[in-house]
Amino acid sequence: MADITAPAYRIIPIIPALKPGAMEGKGPYVASDKINEAIGFPGQLVEDWHDKAIGKMGELLSKYRSLKVYMDACVHCGACSDKCHYFIGTQDPKNMPVARQDLMRSVYRRYFTLPGKVFPKLVGARDLTREVLDEWYNYFNQCSECRRCSVFCPYGIDTAEVTMAAREILDSVGYGQKYSNEIIGKVHKIGNNLGLPAPALIDTLEGLEEDVKDATGIDVRFPIDVKGAEVLLITPSADFFAEPHIDSLIGYAKVFHATGTSWTLSSMSSEAGNFGMFIGNYEQLRTIAMRIRRAALELGVKRIVIGECGHAWRVAYSFLNTLTGVGDGADPNDHFATMLQKQLDHRYKQPMHICEFTWDMIQDERLTFDKSANDKHIITFHDSCNVARGSRMGDYAGGQFDIPRNIIKAVANNFFEMDPSTTHEKTFCCGGGGGLLTDDLLDLRVKGALPRMEVLQHVVDEHGVNFMACICAICKAQFTKVMPMYGFDRRMIGGVHQLVSNAIILSKE
Amino acid sequence: MSTLFAILFYFATLVFMVGTLYRISVYTRTPAPLKIPTTPAPTTTGGVVLRMMREVFLFESLFKANLWTWGLGWLFHASLALVLLRHLRYFTEPVWAWVAFIQPFGMYAGITMLLGVIGLSARRIFVERIRYISTPSDHLMLVLFMVIALSGLTMKFAAHTDVITVKGFILGLMYFDWQALPSSIALYAHLFLVAVLMMIFPISKLLHAPGLFFSPGRNQADNPRDKRHLSTWAAKLDSEK
Repeated sequence: MADITAPAYRIIPIIPALKPGAMEGKGPYVASDKINEAIGFPGQLVEDWHDKAIGKMGELLSKYRSLKVYMDACVHCGACSDKCHYFIGTQDPKNMPVARQDLMRSVYRRYFTLPGKVFPKLVGARDLTREVLDEWYNYFNQCSECRRCSVFCPYGIDTAEVTMAAREILDSVGYGQKYSNEIIGKVHKIGNNLGLPAPALIDTLEGLEEDVKDATGIDVRFPIDVKGAEVLLITPSADFFAEPHIDSLIGYAKVFHATGTSWTLSSMSSEAGNFGMFIGNYEQLRTIAMRIRRAALELGVKRIVIGECGHAWRVAYSFLNTLTGVGDGADPNDHFATMLQKQLDHRYKQPMHICEFTWDMIQDERLTFDKSANDKHIITFHDSCNVARGSRMGDYAGGQFDIPRNIIKAVANNFFEMDPSTTHEKTFCCGGGGGLLTDDLLDLRVKGALPRMEVLQHVVDEHGVNFMACICAICKAQFTKVMPMYGFDRRMIGGVHQLVSNAIILSKE
Repeated sequence: MSTLFAILFYFATLVFMVGTLYRISVYTRTPAPLKIPTTPAPTTTGGVVLRMMREVFLFESLFKANLWTWGLGWLFHASLALVLLRHLRYFTEPVWAWVAFIQPFGMYAGITMLLGVIGLSARRIFVERIRYISTPSDHLMLVLFMVIALSGLTMKFAAHTDVITVKGFILGLMYFDWQALPSSIALYAHLFLVAVLMMIFPISKLLHAPGLFFSPGRNQADNPRDKRHLSTWAAKLDSEK
């Protein structure tokens, strides 16, 4: 680990030359028998993996139009070839999105298309050998499913969908990734990704109440399992004890306190993150999401609000209605969804992002701030990939970009944007998303952060920026770890609600 | 020779139509279980139609990605479209007025189409990244278009072909009243390669044309909170607890 260092900044952001084989290797740790079997996958690589994998691929091609169309439609135009942060950071050509997709497309052509069956060489088709399977494992665990490539693709081909399919196939033959599968096991068994049991969680929340009381003199509550509360807050479990995540949790609590909103956490559903999406497994994705539905029904809440977490917000915003009925507009005969939707208060969007909640309250003038409390910070904003490209906020296209920035500007005086070719829908992933936030992939994570670090350095040099706000638990953890390797203070990264927390004025009652 | 070409064209048309319709029916039947529109995604169906038109006619996403690829790609596709429309004169009698009107533009489009293909080919050969991802079929596809364009331009500017007879041949095919084809190497090459193109359309990357319309990242409206999106296989899971 000690020899992992940050790559040098590019003088001007030119497209790097190729370094074939730069990231060849075994990939992240493979999941053990125990980890795989706990979530219903074969313990280790099965005997007939070849036939099983091809069978699974056929199944996915018939279940997902995305995969089917994406396998056929690519013309190798190269529009995506220089867009991936992992390619920029590693220069490995197999980290070009098109080349990553082709790891699977070559196999698709061989087994599912006429030209690939007859003239494999001509169309770049190849057999699924053990080497190819190992290559899949390595390179499909070098994609953070951030979707940057799909923004630029003339057909909207989304490598994230291909990566998810590849991981799903690998899991189905017993070749799963340790980090993601272990976490999925924990969320089923204990209720959250970090394996924090309910008593420890309750204890932590009590400690937080004392801390906030000490700091502000005000009784800000962190309620849990309160039946009949108006708002159910689902937040990434890192918010409960990781730094700087916890400062945002304090921010949410202060917003609820200041607006007199009755709210609660749930010990059964104490996790917003959903690693089922990362491994592309619909059943896991759904089972994990169902805990939110159950908690909402049990606690009888009127609103569901999601904390600062990128992929959790993608799952919540884009998928939760489909998966669990949390949302609006179900068919009247759809009893599964309507029984929940009847309970929810549709004057508000369901589910709602905590930033939408806070921004609504700011607009209603129900929050007051002392902006000077944030004067020590010169702030920039990092759009987290899954919020930027997999979801939305507010009631118009692009709200996910404006609302967090609006909040920052409402609570702080110094704000500067980074290079526009790296923000909004063109934002770069932090380098640790998509199930890659594990130390056995640290080298990849450091290299993948390069393009973000380069433009951050720019605003640091030009405007003296000393705080990069974001709204994602993975971004926060990733940057805390890799920023020091680029010479930045680890405390430069923090949540939007950390800034809210600093500036909010609380009343005594 | 005329008989051979007649058979070839009936066959190519059949392969093209059946193959492409089959592909489209597969795309239509395959469900899209989750909402995955890519930002910036429109929130309404009308917005999706506009977005799709911008992608189809202006190559909006490619424009954001790379100006060279966009310029060459757009030049090629727009020229190809004009050239195809110009060729309608061989299929209509009397020739529609607007087809007659675009004849001179279509002629120049043949040249710009060739330039576009040459440019795209050069990119494939000289840009390291694009060379890395190119398969032999990618290069051959461009060569195919290049030779089609060249043989067509040859007949226009160098070795004139008796276009009246060609038209007779094509109308004959359409009305099952077969006529002879003038004998010309350029014409044979042109027609043969066009037939090849039609036949490989449904089994090659040329599927990007229908594929775009079925790409969930581009054709979905961004409204998952307002309307429950449910595919058939996903809906079945609802009954299980």
